[in-house]
Amino acid sequence: MKLKASLLGAVALSTMATMAFADPALIYDMGGKFDKSFNEGAYTGAEAYKEASDGDYRDFEISEEAQREQAVRRFAEEGNNPIIATGFAYSSILDAVSQEFPDLTFVTIDGWVEQPNVLNVGFKEDQGSYLMGIFAAMASKSGTIGFVGGMDIPLIQKFACGYVQGAKSVNPDIKVIQNMTGTTASAWNDPAKGAELTKAEIDQGADVIFHVAGGTGVGVLQAAADAGVLGIGVDSNQNGLHPGSVLTSMLKRADIAVEKAMTEAAAGTLEAGVWSLGLEDGGVDYAMDDNNKDLVTPEMIAAVDAAKAAIIAGEVEVHDYMSDNACPVM
Amino acid sequence: MDDKIPAWLDVIVLPLMSLMIAFFVTGLIVLSIGANPFSVAQAMIEGAILRPSGLGYTLYYTTTYILTGLAVAVAFHAAMFNIGGEGQAMVAGVGVAIAALALDSTHWMITLPVAMILSMVFGAFWALLPAYLQAKRGSHIVITTIMMNFIASAVVGYIVIYVLRDNVAGANETRRFLEGAHIPRASDMLSWIGIDGYSKSVPMNITFFVALIAAVAVYYLIWRTRLGYEIRAFGLSSSAAQYAGTSPVKIIIIAMLISGALAGLMANNSVMGEQVKLGLNPVNGAGFIGIAVALMGRNHPVGIVLAAFLFGVLVQGGAELSFSYPAVSRDIVDVIKGLVILFVGALDNMLRIPMEHWWINRQKAKMA
Repeated sequence: MKLKASLLGAVALSTMATMAFADPALIYDMGGKFDKSFNEGAYTGAEAYKEASDGDYRDFEISEEAQREQAVRRFAEEGNNPIIATGFAYSSILDAVSQEFPDLTFVTIDGWVEQPNVLNVGFKEDQGSYLMGIFAAMASKSGTIGFVGGMDIPLIQKFACGYVQGAKSVNPDIKVIQNMTGTTASAWNDPAKGAELTKAEIDQGADVIFHVAGGTGVGVLQAAADAGVLGIGVDSNQNGLHPGSVLTSMLKRADIAVEKAMTEAAAGTLEAGVWSLGLEDGGVDYAMDDNNKDLVTPEMIAAVDAAKAAIIAGEVEVHDYMSDNACPVM
Repeated sequence: MDDKIPAWLDVIVLPLMSLMIAFFVTGLIVLSIGANPFSVAQAMIEGAILRPSGLGYTLYYTTTYILTGLAVAVAFHAAMFNIGGEGQAMVAGVGVAIAALALDSTHWMITLPVAMILSMVFGAFWALLPAYLQAKRGSHIVITTIMMNFIASAVVGYIVIYVLRDNVAGANETRRFLEGAHIPRASDMLSWIGIDGYSKSVPMNITFFVALIAAVAVYYLIWRTRLGYEIRAFGLSSSAAQYAGTSPVKIIIIAMLISGALAGLMANNSVMGEQVKLGLNPVNGAGFIGIAVALMGRNHPVGIVLAAFLFGVLVQGGAELSFSYPAVSRDIVDVIKGLVILFVGALDNMLRIPMEHWWINRQKAKMA
């Protein structure tokens, strides 16, 4: 391995211009490859690239904080290109390592790095959540809807803020009950507590509940289905978890980002910069399939598609919580 | 006749035999996922010990595990099971961050001592409440320290997100510390003695020596001081110690404060030595691994240093394994760690009892 790295280094020095890069590399966040959510989305995208291009890729799951830099550096030393890391926690590491390997392209998904060879991929979760708010407000009979977040961090507030804005655009008097599961990382994986919070929200009158809580959401959707009210899934299409009880899901397409980055890199057209994937490019969206087609009325689709078009056209501006750490409607 | 097995059997042969069994079972698992156990073992040892940069990572983890292991051991000598090293180290991380953020425009020789003191004070403070509840109210230390871990996580999360967070970057972490809080890493220390060119990114740092000094200090404290004698006496029989005039309240509180302070020291290694900032996850389970380390090391500093090194090898070697063998996921590495803990720690008697029988029979045969 060491030999290979130094050989690659020598090649890089001698034939900088025509250097053939090694396969793309993908590094997951602490949640791991099969988190049924964001990291798994990235994995799905990489698999799709492999399928479509008969190229290959390498990946790595960290288990210690110190392995973040170790993994990025290791793949960089072996010439893997591009090097994609999921999660904002890689930002400062990519910032440092990208300067040492100016010929490689680095991709941060959800992070932010200002370097000439780093591509920043972000998602407009506020826009996707806005659509969920419209769905929820239109499906609610009680005039009260719910939100269950995972860990109380600004990113989740961004979802919540978009959701409330969307709901209020339909019904200015709507009541939105919000709960965060916890303040530790275990809040992402506590289905029992998710179910408790959901029951409490239902007791207060909520009849549609949107979760942004990772593994905790399994309990949220379960409790909603048990109580005969509607849940809304997140990140990947969760409509099929409880057919007939999940109104829709807010898709955050890490797979699109990863596949696109790997494919463009293979074609040599990948450029550093910023991809902000919103409704416009399918980076966030709502999920329709056989499981929820009887729950969603044509009026809802019409309203949501109208809002979607208005957001894309810039006629409706969704406030992004993370732009000023505040939400005007809450 | 002494019916105990001699120390060399107890401390060296028994753990090694248990380790062999653990590695054998691991080999079977590796075989079952279609990899060659010998080349896997070779990749692990190569990546964790033989390659200089790999050894640096191993010693970085070792530093952390020595300190959390010592923390568990000190409490254990007073017959208390401190499960709260995780939370104590987390809160100590805030202490380190405060020192580093306040002093990082000076010099590390100023920042490091202040950070060490703050980390020990914060860690000890977090152990104080469970200690007080145990000493005065009889609330079981296992329960209270576990609960304090969750509170620590929530408090640290709040402080990082709402007080110390660098709003510009958007991530849930403080700003990166400036030069004055960059404690010397292996590359710096090697260049002091004239060896240049070691990778600057290897996180092993000067706190490794802090951990070794702490191990010596714990040995001295437990076996060479009056307080240590009282702690051990209290641990072996609290009623006898009390009868002899030892105050249980004093021993419980002092042992837990020392334990919390040792766990707290660990935060210097991860927060200043590796991350150079405080995020939400400065400890990442090391407090719990400390329990296994203390268990394996028989609560003796020498054993703890060796056990900490073994766990360091497993973590770093495991990462190397995942790089070279895509089939070996991080979960397999966890399985290996679990087997080592199972055989060396929990199933200790499986080998010990037959070994004792064998030894006693041998002695008897000799006498006859």
